[in-house]
Amino acid sequence: VTEDVLHGLLRGSLDHCVKCTICETACPVSNVTPLFPGPKYAGPQAERYRIDDEPSVESSVDYCSGCGICTQVCPQGVQIAELNALARAKLKAQDGVPLRDRLIARPTVIGRLGTPVAPVANASLRWRPLRAFVERTLGVHRDAPLPRFAGRSFRRWAKRHRSPEGTRKVVYFHGCGTQYYEPDVGQKVVAVLERNGFEVEIPKQDCCGLPLQSNGLFDDARKYVLRLASALAPAAREGALIVGNATSCTLMLKREAREILGLDEDPDLELVSDSTYDICELLLELHQRGELDTDFAPLEQTVSYHAPCQLQGQWIGKPALELLALIPGLELRETDARCCGIAGTYGLKREKYEIAMDVGAELFAELDTGGDELVACDSDTCRWQIEHATGGTCVHPVELLHRAYGL
Amino acid sequence: VRSARLRYDAVVIGAGVAGLTAATRLAEGGASVCVVATGVGSTHLAPATIDVLGYDPERVETTGAALADFVSARPLHPYALTGTQSIAAALEWFRGRVEAHSPSGYRYLGGLERNFLLPSAIGVARPSALVPETMAAGELREHSSLCFVGLPVLRDFHVRLCAANVARLGVEARGIELDIDVGGRPEANAVGLAKRFDDPGFRASFAAELAPLVHEQRIGLPAVLGLRDAHGAWADLEQRLERRVFEVPTLPPSAPGIRMFNALRASLRAAGGRLVMGSRVVDAKRSGGRVVALRAEASGHEVIYEPSWVVLATGGFGSGGIAMDSHWKAREAVFDLPLRYGPEAGRPRFDPTYLAKQPLARAGVAVDASLRPPGYENLLVAGAALGGAEPWREGCGEGISLASGYRAAELLLKSEDMAAAA
Repeated sequence: VTEDVLHGLLRGSLDHCVKCTICETACPVSNVTPLFPGPKYAGPQAERYRIDDEPSVESSVDYCSGCGICTQVCPQGVQIAELNALARAKLKAQDGVPLRDRLIARPTVIGRLGTPVAPVANASLRWRPLRAFVERTLGVHRDAPLPRFAGRSFRRWAKRHRSPEGTRKVVYFHGCGTQYYEPDVGQKVVAVLERNGFEVEIPKQDCCGLPLQSNGLFDDARKYVLRLASALAPAAREGALIVGNATSCTLMLKREAREILGLDEDPDLELVSDSTYDICELLLELHQRGELDTDFAPLEQTVSYHAPCQLQGQWIGKPALELLALIPGLELRETDARCCGIAGTYGLKREKYEIAMDVGAELFAELDTGGDELVACDSDTCRWQIEHATGGTCVHPVELLHRAYGL
Repeated sequence: VRSARLRYDAVVIGAGVAGLTAATRLAEGGASVCVVATGVGSTHLAPATIDVLGYDPERVETTGAALADFVSARPLHPYALTGTQSIAAALEWFRGRVEAHSPSGYRYLGGLERNFLLPSAIGVARPSALVPETMAAGELREHSSLCFVGLPVLRDFHVRLCAANVARLGVEARGIELDIDVGGRPEANAVGLAKRFDDPGFRASFAAELAPLVHEQRIGLPAVLGLRDAHGAWADLEQRLERRVFEVPTLPPSAPGIRMFNALRASLRAAGGRLVMGSRVVDAKRSGGRVVALRAEASGHEVIYEPSWVVLATGGFGSGGIAMDSHWKAREAVFDLPLRYGPEAGRPRFDPTYLAKQPLARAGVAVDASLRPPGYENLLVAGAALGGAEPWREGCGEGISLASGYRAAELLLKSEDMAAAA
């Protein structure tokens, strides 16, 4: 019942579409490939052909990467990306979901398998013959940017870590990228929060289900996100904020699970959705209240900042820009290009890898990674794509704050 | 419900020409500014010419001279509130910002001296005060011959209709089509094509194919000549074709409009202003005559803005700044500000003839000489939300947005508490 009601509301937003084409000017995908005719075409226009209980006849929506920029720029408030996510799920339910998508949509499974054997796994995943084989058999593109297993999980550190008692409490939602690939980023997030007087609680947690959702596996995604919500809710119920550094995962908790998966009546998820902050969003608000420790040491460093789509989809602007501007000596440049192309698991797929690289081409051309410039970007999969495409170094903005604090 | 709280000297609601102008000017004046917008404004749809005064009611030749009479006959018109000096200053400012913050060389020409008379997408003469340099050679008062070139992949650009309408004005004009390959796609929109024209290789082959087809003195192309390198694309084609080349506005999306938006956004960024896109301001908290907080939708929790000043630049009916409900009641969307200049209660709102003078068309927010609605101390209104004008009949839409956005910022920067903050 919940899903139908919500679907109704999402669909209702279609009535506001005046076919102005603003979404089409912004869509990173339709601007580089004819396989996706654009958000307006695949969404508001094709929606009239999507009738409950009748087969889906429009398949181009599979090429929508789900970046959400269309919804963000729509002046009329039409939820184009969300409608297209529903249309994609319907298509997948009809045509089936390939084994590849079922696998890459489960970072926990991959992470648990790869972590104990990290050196072997990392070497294998960079061994060309194996990647060619995986491309042929599974459909993961041989050049797609797969992250390196850290060989230790973030939780292993977190279990031993005792956060000093602070005046205020936050719950840290670290996400799978931090857990299996970038535990050091998680440690820095915790350190920066503690530096600012937060007592950081890190409850046991699992995937938010976003990759499953974006691959059309809604039932599985619901299970994951509800389980995560029940893990995070107790502390939130006591008034703690939930803070995350994985922008697509925090967006999932904030909005997408409720809107796209239709989970609008789960009390835990509602509370979690309401309590979740992006790490830079939280630090900026702290700064606005005059409570952020701004005792930053100078960093003589040129930084290009790229805001991931899923951060902008939180509709909070680009808080990292204002935070990084507080670091003396740091020369900050905001990129113009919209999207790096990866969109989570989209750019890993054999048939979509080239599209993703073409989408990102504008961004990659803007970045001058040849010199000593650093790129900062809040999302892990975007960072991996940027590093893959440019050969440069891409860090989370908090890593720069951490460095400037001298931690 | 939790909320993040953010303080700024000024929050500007809306990211169209009025909002971006007000915000950038404020930021340049030292204020901390955040623009909050539901989405992109009309920049991406409009031709991107700056029309200040086109008809009064006859076509206006010399804008500056005509403005004084126009304003004195219309004391409720937004221009009467901004004053003609603000219009001139705003145009000057706009030209400067576009030139400084566009990819090299792109600029606007014109001013309040003499309107350009350029062909619209269907070849109707349109009087504009400022125009992108890439459009200027379409001047219809000149008598040299014109060749309009359509690209079949760009739908809804009816080049023969355009040429036929121009020919009726007494200018020799012909319309031809040139089929170009856009990677095997059956169609492309203006943005997709513009990106191709950014590529010098594409331009070279395009010019080589077009050159033998044209014998006229000037060539009009749909306004798709580049996004990142529009000046380069235009100058390159002029050189290769050995003729004056000009862009003709297209149906939406508008590549020149996107260039304008990009330049204004870059100006805002350079001045230190912040832009939050995708967030709708849903209501406001008042304390006496002051707006003390704005409640904005975000993902998950809400965001509460606590600005010292608010500039409302949400646009008119087209952008949802003013909306009409199913009971036919028109209202301003954020503050429910009273509307004026519309038809009186019980009188018809619409004339059945589409292009006739529409009674509802002038409806908008009533403000005093300081652009404030009655009863508000720290709220100013700019752009198409202002009532008292009929932009499409008067040919003054961008002029109102630019002048009122600029004026709002000037008024605020002169105010005492803003001066103290800066």
